[in-house]
Amino acid sequence: MTGPPSTSRSNAHFSAGRIGAMVLRYTYILRGSWPRIVELAYWPLMQVVLWGFISKFLATNSSWVAQGAGVLIGAVLLWDVLFRAQLGFSISFLEEMWSRNLANLFVSPLRPYEFVAALTLMSLIRTLIGVVPAAFLAILFYSYSVFDLGLPLVAFFFLLLMMGWAMGLVITALIMRFGLGAESLAWIAIFALAPLSGVFYPVSILPDWLQAVSWALPSTYVFEGMRAVIFDGTVRFDHLLRALALDIVYIAAGGAYFLHIFHVSRRKGLLMGIGE
Amino acid sequence: MDDRPEGENPVPQKSAPAPSIAVHDLTKRYGATKSYDAVKAVDGISFTIAPGETAALLGANGAGKTTTIAMLTGLLIPDSGTITVLGEDMARHRYRVLGRINLSSPYIDLPRRLTVEENLAVFARLYGVENISRRIEELAEELNMGNLLRRPSGTLSAGQRSRMALAKALINRPEVLFLDEPTASLDPDTADRIRTYLAAYQARENATIFLASHNMVEVERMCTTVMIMKDGRIERSGSPRQLIEQTGRSTLEEVFLDIVRECAAQ
Repeated sequence: MTGPPSTSRSNAHFSAGRIGAMVLRYTYILRGSWPRIVELAYWPLMQVVLWGFISKFLATNSSWVAQGAGVLIGAVLLWDVLFRAQLGFSISFLEEMWSRNLANLFVSPLRPYEFVAALTLMSLIRTLIGVVPAAFLAILFYSYSVFDLGLPLVAFFFLLLMMGWAMGLVITALIMRFGLGAESLAWIAIFALAPLSGVFYPVSILPDWLQAVSWALPSTYVFEGMRAVIFDGTVRFDHLLRALALDIVYIAAGGAYFLHIFHVSRRKGLLMGIGE
Repeated sequence: MDDRPEGENPVPQKSAPAPSIAVHDLTKRYGATKSYDAVKAVDGISFTIAPGETAALLGANGAGKTTTIAMLTGLLIPDSGTITVLGEDMARHRYRVLGRINLSSPYIDLPRRLTVEENLAVFARLYGVENISRRIEELAEELNMGNLLRRPSGTLSAGQRSRMALAKALINRPEVLFLDEPTASLDPDTADRIRTYLAAYQARENATIFLASHNMVEVERMCTTVMIMKDGRIERSGSPRQLIEQTGRSTLEEVFLDIVRECAAQ
């Protein structure tokens, strides 16, 4: 005879079991659909192939690129970390919207912040599935290893992940509030930041007024930091710390916004697809 | 069931058990925009449901049944009024209750790419159910869905999906079970089996069942209390027999149609 759920467990304010349940739910989807796993790795691989050959060409025709072998490939890989982190977060949320499952989840003891924790873990898993094969492909094709960046790579990776999560929080909140009509934000919003982040060029080439905006993005510090490692062999700890500080601010703001919109959705009946 | 006049505070009787559900002066409007005025979906309703009781909300489309269930389960925040479920104020302590209740509704769905077993396993974990595989086997046997467990939910018929949704709603052995149109997609034979199962579940667990339905035969058979809603208000309430006798009609369906058509005529 199975017993009812333990009251203390279902009353716990934070439950690793409930977060694990949600991660299991998304893992079931990935495991049951090989095209989804292929899709995760497909675009990063294509990006590396495309930019790898562009890099090869520019290395013989551009002194700037020639000074730092692989700078473009490294930039592509790190950009994909940011993109995949945000997309991985948002797609897992969209799975619940597509399957009209949000009300089932939130009539259970699952807390919204536990849900966010599960989305965050899935973002990490999806990003690793997407980016790691591409990193190895770069070694195979171009003899360029992003792992040569050393320990700073770990910092770059997590700083970009955190920025992706902050964006994911805002985007999923907007989708929860405005419905699937806002779904495209998950796919396109991040690209608005690419020109500002100095992914493929130094921030100094931007107009002065735009540089101020650019330096408000954690990603800018990461890409400038990456170039400092590649060109100068120096680790810009000031950049890393500023990026971390900005990430913390943006995640706190994104989390607060998500919880606010969750409350608005409960007030407007959006979780059950009724109401306004 | 206690349908007090509006504004009167509930007075618990010493000998009566604490109600499973107590609702007082509950109101919900959906906001006005430039295009349309505010819609008063639920308008100051009050009632109590005792433990072990089966209560039904009846009403035409748009009468406020689903909005009421959404508020009772914490999915929707009321504009005013109070809801107490299993002795807890849903506005302040709903997480003390959510592990002890559950919901099945045609307005929500389960992920179609997951198998039935995977869906049930995920929700079993969310509810902290122990011995998950055993619980899923029990439900599969009781709801006659053992052959469906390995199938992706998206390949199920409407009736099979209803049974899966019911299994999810029972996964945590809820003390209060909210059902919105529980047998709407089921053939008569399966619907009858489900009603029999729910009655047995209720008797075994002393659970409270709160359902919204259009099926008068179902309501007459299952429910000890019926509340008929119109325009967000409870127009009539009582046992099916009381309602029939009060109105001089011969069936609950006739009582219901009188109220709905009176509404349409107005």
